[in-house]
Amino acid sequence: MIAREAEQKTVQVPLAVESLSAERIAYLERLVSQAKTAAAVFTQFTQEDVDRIVKAMVLAGLERAQYLAGLAIEETKLGVMEDKVIKNMVATEFTYNYVKDKRTVGIIREFPDRNLVEVAEPIGVILSLTPITNPTSTVLFKCIMAIKTRNAVIFSPHPSSWRCCSEAVRIMGETAVKHGAPEGVFSCLESHTLQDNAYLMRHKDVGLIDVTGGQGAVKAAYSSGKPALGVGAGNTAVYLEKTADVNTAVVDIIISKTFDNGTICASEQTVVIDDEIYDLALRKFSELGAHICNEEETKVLERTVIDPQTGFMQPMAVGQKATDIARFVGLSVQPNTKLLIAPIHGVGREHPLSMEKLFPVLAVYRARCADEALKVCVDVNHAGGLGHTAVIFSRNDEIIHKFSEVMNAGRIIVNSPGSIGALGAVYNDLVPTFSFGCGTSGGNSTTDNVNVFHYLNIKRVARRTQAHMWFRVPDQIYFNMNAVENVRQFPSQSTVIVTNPALEHIGHVDIVRRHISPQTYVHVLVIPDAEPEIKVVVQGVETLHFYKADQIIALGGGSVIDAAKIMKLKYESPEADLEELAAPFLDLRKRVVQYPTEKINRARLIAIPTTSGTGSEVTPFAVLTDKERGRKVTLADYSLSPDVAIVDPQFVLTMPKGLTADTGIDCLTHALEAGVSNYASPYTDSNAMQAIRLVFKYLPIAYEHPRNEEARCMMHNAACIAALAFSNASVGVNHALAHAFGARFGVAHGRANAFMLPHVIAYNAAVPTKFMPSPYQQGYVAHKKYATVADLLGLGGHTVDEKVRKLIAATENLLDQLGFPRSIAELGISREEFERAVPEMTKIAFDDPSWRSNPRMPLMSELVELFWKAYQGRGLAKVVGASQ
Amino acid sequence: MGMTSVLLNIDERRVVPALQEAGEKLESTKGEAVLDFSSVCRINSSALRAMEEFVGVANDKGVKVVLSGVNVGVYKVLKLAKLASRFSFSK
Repeated sequence: MIAREAEQKTVQVPLAVESLSAERIAYLERLVSQAKTAAAVFTQFTQEDVDRIVKAMVLAGLERAQYLAGLAIEETKLGVMEDKVIKNMVATEFTYNYVKDKRTVGIIREFPDRNLVEVAEPIGVILSLTPITNPTSTVLFKCIMAIKTRNAVIFSPHPSSWRCCSEAVRIMGETAVKHGAPEGVFSCLESHTLQDNAYLMRHKDVGLIDVTGGQGAVKAAYSSGKPALGVGAGNTAVYLEKTADVNTAVVDIIISKTFDNGTICASEQTVVIDDEIYDLALRKFSELGAHICNEEETKVLERTVIDPQTGFMQPMAVGQKATDIARFVGLSVQPNTKLLIAPIHGVGREHPLSMEKLFPVLAVYRARCADEALKVCVDVNHAGGLGHTAVIFSRNDEIIHKFSEVMNAGRIIVNSPGSIGALGAVYNDLVPTFSFGCGTSGGNSTTDNVNVFHYLNIKRVARRTQAHMWFRVPDQIYFNMNAVENVRQFPSQSTVIVTNPALEHIGHVDIVRRHISPQTYVHVLVIPDAEPEIKVVVQGVETLHFYKADQIIALGGGSVIDAAKIMKLKYESPEADLEELAAPFLDLRKRVVQYPTEKINRARLIAIPTTSGTGSEVTPFAVLTDKERGRKVTLADYSLSPDVAIVDPQFVLTMPKGLTADTGIDCLTHALEAGVSNYASPYTDSNAMQAIRLVFKYLPIAYEHPRNEEARCMMHNAACIAALAFSNASVGVNHALAHAFGARFGVAHGRANAFMLPHVIAYNAAVPTKFMPSPYQQGYVAHKKYATVADLLGLGGHTVDEKVRKLIAATENLLDQLGFPRSIAELGISREEFERAVPEMTKIAFDDPSWRSNPRMPLMSELVELFWKAYQGRGLAKVVGASQ
Repeated sequence: MGMTSVLLNIDERRVVPALQEAGEKLESTKGEAVLDFSSVCRINSSALRAMEEFVGVANDKGVKVVLSGVNVGVYKVLKLAKLASRFSFSK
């Protein structure tokens, strides 16, 4: 009896195993048990052990290649003896060449740059179904893969190739054991039934099902719930394009389609030929031994070699010689005919010969143009060949590329024989295989040429990487009294000074102008003394365009400098979409939205701060007020950083007390948040600590004695230094809360920060409910860093907790000295009004990118709690108590 | 009733005969059989089968089998062969 691939196509392997006898079940259990034991023992083997065994098996396979080919021909009555010998040799020698230097035991690959190592873990017991078409070669191939990967295999050959396969398994198994492999590493089912397969497919100790065969078996494997490698049916479309070398193409197609009488499922099924070369190609086929069927003969073939009911090939034709097929169906052909070529005029069930034919019958289609040819190839591809193999003969790279785009095939073979090309390692550098993955469209889990790496579980050992950090600051910072004189060193044709009305009124603008070259055209753009709105930015950009500015001097507090940063951005890159650039992100370096790098204008931005707090003169941040939505939009990118910062205290000597306090606390908040940030580094710590020290020492003096030049100078420096820290370490949850609260109730930023600060220190110093993932820090250190601050300030205390309490107390004391209201309630905001605002403020605070670097990940409920603590206000006992 | 234990050093080159000898001593053993695997780097399929048989016989006689000095490679083999749970392990 000759069983056929075609039979398998229509047979679903039943999963019911009730019909198995107890004796049969015991037999199957014995097979699994011995395989399981062998696989367990195999885990102790080294790479050298398995390589030695593999080499011995390959040599044994080569030695018996002809013997096994003969057995296969005798038993299956399919294919060509000589080709089966070649297949057996490819399965051993070519596979060996591919695997011999591959590491499959222990560490198999290392990626030092990524701190990643891959370690092999065997699968254990593999159930392997092998086909009738390539019986012994598939067994040899899978045995080599299994030993190379330290797995045990139970083979279940197609029933009509059992004898040759079991002999191949015996030869491989005996050789392997002789050279040290565990006993029982291979076994072969004795005359199995479909129920045997169903039983084994569901066996708990079978780790993987590897099916090379018909669709019924593949579906059964995938339906079993086990991991499976099932490879699908093919229907290889070939495009013989007009630029191809027709002589080579015709020979390649004949080699491939007649190889082992067409039993390789990657072999050519329908050749679509451009009109220009159609006659030439058919003449060549004919000259080289193909019989070109006339219309009547084609109809005979359609009726006979394809089952009209199922559309699948008839078993009697599979793997038979062209002359035998012709004889079976009653065609008269020359005795040396290699191939029957049948012209067809369409694809699909109505054109039976356009379907898969694992025998030397080839359909050809005459295409009037490339577009038609490609469409017909797609039709063939979709007529049972999805995911498998496609072939093109062409010298036109554009057509080859187009073909590869439209064809759904795991292997697209170019200018070479389909079947041998798909096997790999002969005509190309594909991985050698006897199992073609067909991807999801073919109902498979892979499009790969199945190889040793599919027989491994690959473990990835991922060592912690040392995260790259940064410390980026503006190119130039000038500081101390009269530093503004440095403006003169920057050449400019046209400078726009952005400032606010008060600063112009008190003469600060004139001071700056004195240091600008007389040759420079200077325009003063006065903007409202408030956090910038979109419309202010738009007007500013129009001014910059009008004066063709090549230099912008931002003279003012954080609002003016922020406005100037955004004006510069829009002036240089008009396409910048502020709404998009403000999109939330988790990690600055992985953000989705990128700031523009192409600039149509260029202007130097010199920032001269007139308050000592925001540090905007050196930061990459800018805050816009979105009045319509009652929120602040934070833009963050190093391209926003001013080019030059001039930190001249003469501009802050007249700063009012309230503003001195507000901005001073803003500065302190920056430094404290940068100090405990997850992005903190020794570089930012040094700046943060110094800024904190300066604030605690000089802010009370600057507040009480505004004309004290030393205090003003030090606070001005402190603000800039703190900004250098938080420009690189970012801020934290304090800012997220303050942004939301400040925008909702119109409270100045520094003051809004002050309400939150003691509570946030206590919050961050406590054990987090939720830790913030942080590759930059080792362990949770926020409380220890607060303690270090306390030490720096000489606050005393013996334990970390004690020091944190003292820092909170010192902060509260500082706020008291600066006359801050110590609760939001003191601002006259009623509890009811605040309660109504809290849900929206919480959402806004949670959306604020500021807290992404906070050491403690804030839960929304915790943000609510912090808002209420700030509302209720003062008291160290309350603050500390709440944190415990 | 006094406890009688089997204490046996297992030589990697003769695991199977060693277990057979130990099996013979099980008749007179009460309590536990301690098999020292310190010098066993690898076990093969025959040894694994012998261990399975030995622990089966021991359990039938109410004798607890303790493996000492088992290296992690051998331990993993016992886990994969689903035999580890049938033994006790000591250092």
